[in-house]
Amino acid sequence: MAQTIAEQILSHAAGRPVKPGELVTLRPDVIMAHDSLAPSVISILHNRLGMQHVADPDQCVLVMDHVAPASTVGTADNQNLVRAFAREEGIRLFEVGRGICHQVLVEEGIARPGAIVVGSDSHSTSYGAVGSFGTGMGSTDIALAMGTGKVWFKVPETLQVRVSGRFNQGVEAKDLALYLARRLGIDGATYMAIEYLGLDWLPLDGRQTLASMAIELGAKAGIFPPTGVVTERFSAPDWLECNPHAVAARQIEIDLAVLEPQIALPHSVDQVVDLSTVAGQQIDVVFLGTCTNGRYEDMRQAADMLRDRQIAAGTRLIVTPASRQELQRAIADDTMSILLDAGATLTTPGCGPCMGRHQGTLGKYDVCLSTGNRNFRGRMGHPSSQIFLASPGVAAASAITGHITDPRDL
Amino acid sequence: MRLHKMMNEGEKQMSRVWKFGADVDTDQIVPGRYAPYMLKEGQDVKDYAFIEARPGFASGAAAGDIIVAGPNFGCGSSREYAPEALRRRQIAAIIAPSFARIFYRNAINLGIPLYESAEITQALEDGQEIEFNFQQSQISSGGTIYSLPELPDFAAQIIDSGGITIYVKEHGRFPGE
Repeated sequence: MAQTIAEQILSHAAGRPVKPGELVTLRPDVIMAHDSLAPSVISILHNRLGMQHVADPDQCVLVMDHVAPASTVGTADNQNLVRAFAREEGIRLFEVGRGICHQVLVEEGIARPGAIVVGSDSHSTSYGAVGSFGTGMGSTDIALAMGTGKVWFKVPETLQVRVSGRFNQGVEAKDLALYLARRLGIDGATYMAIEYLGLDWLPLDGRQTLASMAIELGAKAGIFPPTGVVTERFSAPDWLECNPHAVAARQIEIDLAVLEPQIALPHSVDQVVDLSTVAGQQIDVVFLGTCTNGRYEDMRQAADMLRDRQIAAGTRLIVTPASRQELQRAIADDTMSILLDAGATLTTPGCGPCMGRHQGTLGKYDVCLSTGNRNFRGRMGHPSSQIFLASPGVAAASAITGHITDPRDL
Repeated sequence: MRLHKMMNEGEKQMSRVWKFGADVDTDQIVPGRYAPYMLKEGQDVKDYAFIEARPGFASGAAAGDIIVAGPNFGCGSSREYAPEALRRRQIAAIIAPSFARIFYRNAINLGIPLYESAEITQALEDGQEIEFNFQQSQISSGGTIYSLPELPDFAAQIIDSGGITIYVKEHGRFPGE
């Protein structure tokens, strides 16, 4: 029987055909931990499991992105502990400033088509952009994976998102990601693997935007068949194919021709409405960044809006590139200079203020328009602050006016 | 110490229900700003459980209390310190119609039993006095006995060991491997 992509990847790793609902224990290709949770992973490995070493250092990757560079003595000490662990174990470590784990692993070719990537971060679904089975886990699961080289999985059912048409002007991959949250709800894909079909034309950055937000629907993974631009940068294994007859537990169809700019209202990612509903809402801060929308293309989109313009008086625009490579691309042309000329503040590549820990934490009653992926109450700072989620185009247009603005109106 | 055994030792003690709504995200359970990574020496994540979403929980929750919540409990980030904070508060069980995937794994791995039941969620009120009996899989309150659904086999094995790290140390393998 034809298998979905998630089933093919898990079957290949298990060495036998597996079915949804089955429990399998298998060897992931990559185990990733970041600075925020690696200290607890190391502690669980050494203290609770009593294991002195990881099973295979080549399987492991460490990335410093959540508080980068360190903001307190405590975070600095924790990061040094992670550095010492990486040195002792011979594990690859991507330092402060290299970028967000989900961007770096794609740039480095560590996440690749057909691979199983488990990460200590819920947005590890992002690796599905290049055809990996990427999924997030907690510190104990990651410590066990590093210590034993293995993880247990329940094979997920698949939800196929079948997309037709192309984006209208002013509508982007982020609008589709938000629309999926609107249509399916915050738990609409719990424990399922989402398979995105009909988007072979979509560039890699748009795929990363969508796959990163699969978790916001509760999904275990969000996978694109390795097609189009992905095959130019990565070689897909010959056993992996996108089979149109694969049996999915659920299918939904979306016609991009009727999709309008979307926005998520505080304080839930599935409280999504057409942007026009809240146009005019005053904002204090615009945040352009994250694993969802912090790439060169996102900054370019903003720069195209901001050329020869200034951000509104009383509004802050914080730009946090997803990686050093993406920052260098924005410097290589006039993208970054346009953003800075318009009044943007540039921070270290990494997660930025997405978790409210540094580089733009929100104060009481602050209203933020973010290109990120979560707007839970208090996520970016004080619980009275509010977060709206939208595309880079909407973010740039809103930074210019100081209120929520449709980019097509400028 | 195994959590449920700790709860059931000694004299019978009434516990209470802490009731929450739907889609309780991990930023509500412990905001990222209170992650162990961000805390100073001597501070404990258990003191920041629901610090903003439900002030009074951390100071009021006692060993053996249970959480009862709406669907999709624990959605959002992978932060294990969310269930870890509840474990350190000695929350004995969580009952909800459904759980978010990563939270489910994390809580079971830490040895917290999770029960999926819309009926019991509906029946129990905030502040209600109950008695939770893990061995008999039941909750009693004011003469009414609620039978909890059976835990999936792998989860029961992990909980019975007191958490997956203990299970793996004892058996040298994962449940079902």
